[in-house]
Amino acid sequence: MFGVLASMVDGVLVGAVYGLAAIGLTLIWGVMDIINLTHGAMVALGMFGLYLLFGHLGLPPYAALFPVAAGGFVLGVVVYWIAVHRVINRPPLMSLLATFAVNMVVIGIGTAVWSTSPYNVAFAVPGITWHGFTFTGAHILAAVVAVLIAAALYLFMRHTRLGKAIRAVASNRQAAELMGIPSHQVLAIAFGLGIGLAAVAGGLIATLFPFTVLSGDDYQLKSFVVTVLGGLGNPAGALLGGVLLGLIEGGVTPFIAVSWTPVIEFALFVVILIAFPQGLFGRRTAR
Amino acid sequence: MRTSRKVFAAAILASAILTSGTTSMAAASDTVTIGFTVSETGPLNVDSLAQLHGFELWRDQVNAAGGLKVGNAKYKIKFVTYDDQSKSERVQQLYSRLILQDNADFLFSPYSSNLTATAAIISEQYGKVMLTTGAAEDKTYELGNHGLFQMYTPATHYLSSAMAVIKQKDPKAKVAVAYSDDGFSKAVAGAAKEEAKRLGEPVVLDEAYAPGTTDFGPIINKMISAKADAMVGGGHYADGATLARQMYDQKAPMKFICLLVAPDSPQFASLGDAAVGVAVPSQWEPSAAYKPDFGPDGAAFGKAFKDKFGNEASYHAAGGYAAGLILQHAIEKAGSIDSAKVIQALDATDVSIFYGRVKFATDAQHHGLQIGHEMVLAQWQKKGGQLTKEVVWPAAAQTAPLLYPLH
Repeated sequence: MFGVLASMVDGVLVGAVYGLAAIGLTLIWGVMDIINLTHGAMVALGMFGLYLLFGHLGLPPYAALFPVAAGGFVLGVVVYWIAVHRVINRPPLMSLLATFAVNMVVIGIGTAVWSTSPYNVAFAVPGITWHGFTFTGAHILAAVVAVLIAAALYLFMRHTRLGKAIRAVASNRQAAELMGIPSHQVLAIAFGLGIGLAAVAGGLIATLFPFTVLSGDDYQLKSFVVTVLGGLGNPAGALLGGVLLGLIEGGVTPFIAVSWTPVIEFALFVVILIAFPQGLFGRRTAR
Repeated sequence: MRTSRKVFAAAILASAILTSGTTSMAAASDTVTIGFTVSETGPLNVDSLAQLHGFELWRDQVNAAGGLKVGNAKYKIKFVTYDDQSKSERVQQLYSRLILQDNADFLFSPYSSNLTATAAIISEQYGKVMLTTGAAEDKTYELGNHGLFQMYTPATHYLSSAMAVIKQKDPKAKVAVAYSDDGFSKAVAGAAKEEAKRLGEPVVLDEAYAPGTTDFGPIINKMISAKADAMVGGGHYADGATLARQMYDQKAPMKFICLLVAPDSPQFASLGDAAVGVAVPSQWEPSAAYKPDFGPDGAAFGKAFKDKFGNEASYHAAGGYAAGLILQHAIEKAGSIDSAKVIQALDATDVSIFYGRVKFATDAQHHGLQIGHEMVLAQWQKKGGQLTKEVVWPAAAQTAPLLYPLH
């Protein structure tokens, strides 16, 4: 019994990080109706960003998250102006192909620089032991940081002028422009925010597990499941979706072989798409 | 006009054929080309690069001594290698290329049973001799092959010493078996479970995981829930090192841990305290003192390796060097680089080298399976604050007593 509970707690801790990773994807979808296929590559860049800042410059891992986020934001804005700006409001296939192309470029450069070999951030924080089960400090801190970032994003979107402008552009771009909101700049900032969040999520994942330049793909896939659970375009729902996914993973693994977990995740993905096409947590509440 | 074009095309074709023939004949007169792929990138790169270093040391030593002795002639050894990125689809393309375009005379296997199984299909298709190292799964050698020869003790024997240790130390110990879902690891784990059954050791967890797994939390929780006393399994370097680190972080209360492959690498020491007590079935250890009939002894090999690469040789490196040595032995015995004659010489091989005894099965069903070589059990221990790998089993080869229980 304690084993099942411990597994569920572990699932929730990791799930919060899945949720953070998915927020970036869902934010971009919600604001500009683009499925961002660079997401996985940006998660991977976040992992390597943290690895370099921690391993080579000696920054503490949690302090390194700030430059990782800033770097992700700047990269996101650059990618927006190069590859995304021109395909907004074009058929969805155009933006899918454009972001996929950027993804391939980033993965290609990453493979040339770091190869596809595993890297590891050698870092440990004392954890909490409960009935023989230990929750590592890195897992607990990652979940706390994920929730704090999600809360900060929520406050930013609700209570700042820029956040309101992003929501206005997401809701009705023409009306927002008529109100004097420079929609292109706002969209660029929103894209940068989405990529920044993906990079931070990657940085946090790097504190938990070893990674390769291709690891982002796994989290991109999980992010799709999470966004469908939480409702496409709904950042708050994404965090809850991530926690729910982690809880499901933690709840089922004591009873079945762990290799069945992806089967269950993606079966759930299909079921939710059919039964709750707007996700479990309402629709586009960020708008 | 049309006729002159045909003549021109025929002339180009003829000259191309003649030129390529001349080139390969010229190359064949003084070099032996050995082709193989290396996992320079991807999850298998740590062990694969160690194996490559073993091959390279052998080549450089033989070439420095004048080359391979074939009858009265001496042949220099030339390697043709590619990065297979730890992917079997790359292996399939590249081994075809090594044979057809690079005209490799002999082949070494890639690292790992999975990649070797793919390479073996190609090498057998073209009737090439391939010495396999880092490829222990038995199944590949049960397909009626002709030119495939295995350097490693087969996978089904990997954990027999670990199970014997558990039986001796704690006959009632509950065993958790968690292993990578690849051919080699499954074969090893399957044999370990059979051995546990035979010895009356209860297996309380039997769990396979995807080779790319990075989060072992759920499996470790299951081990703790099942109240396992001993854990055996793992797969290759990336997953094994991660599993060891996470078992340590999650304070899994195991009395004995034995993982495949990963703890043999000197890089495993980078885990620090998480490495202490982790055991590994090893094909070879520097302290193993076999009296060689051919080639250098263990101390000479270990020193040459350290001088060249700056680190201790792992068993993967030793396996690479040993594969070269056995090929050299067979070519010298055959007095020829003709594949059929070298196969005959390999079939007749029963020789002791620094790596131990090497002999291959010659019956049709298991042709090429290694039947002469035996493994030892090594364990990471801390001595004077330094991590060292000690041979703890069998008693005859022991360099330090077994650390048991760990918790």
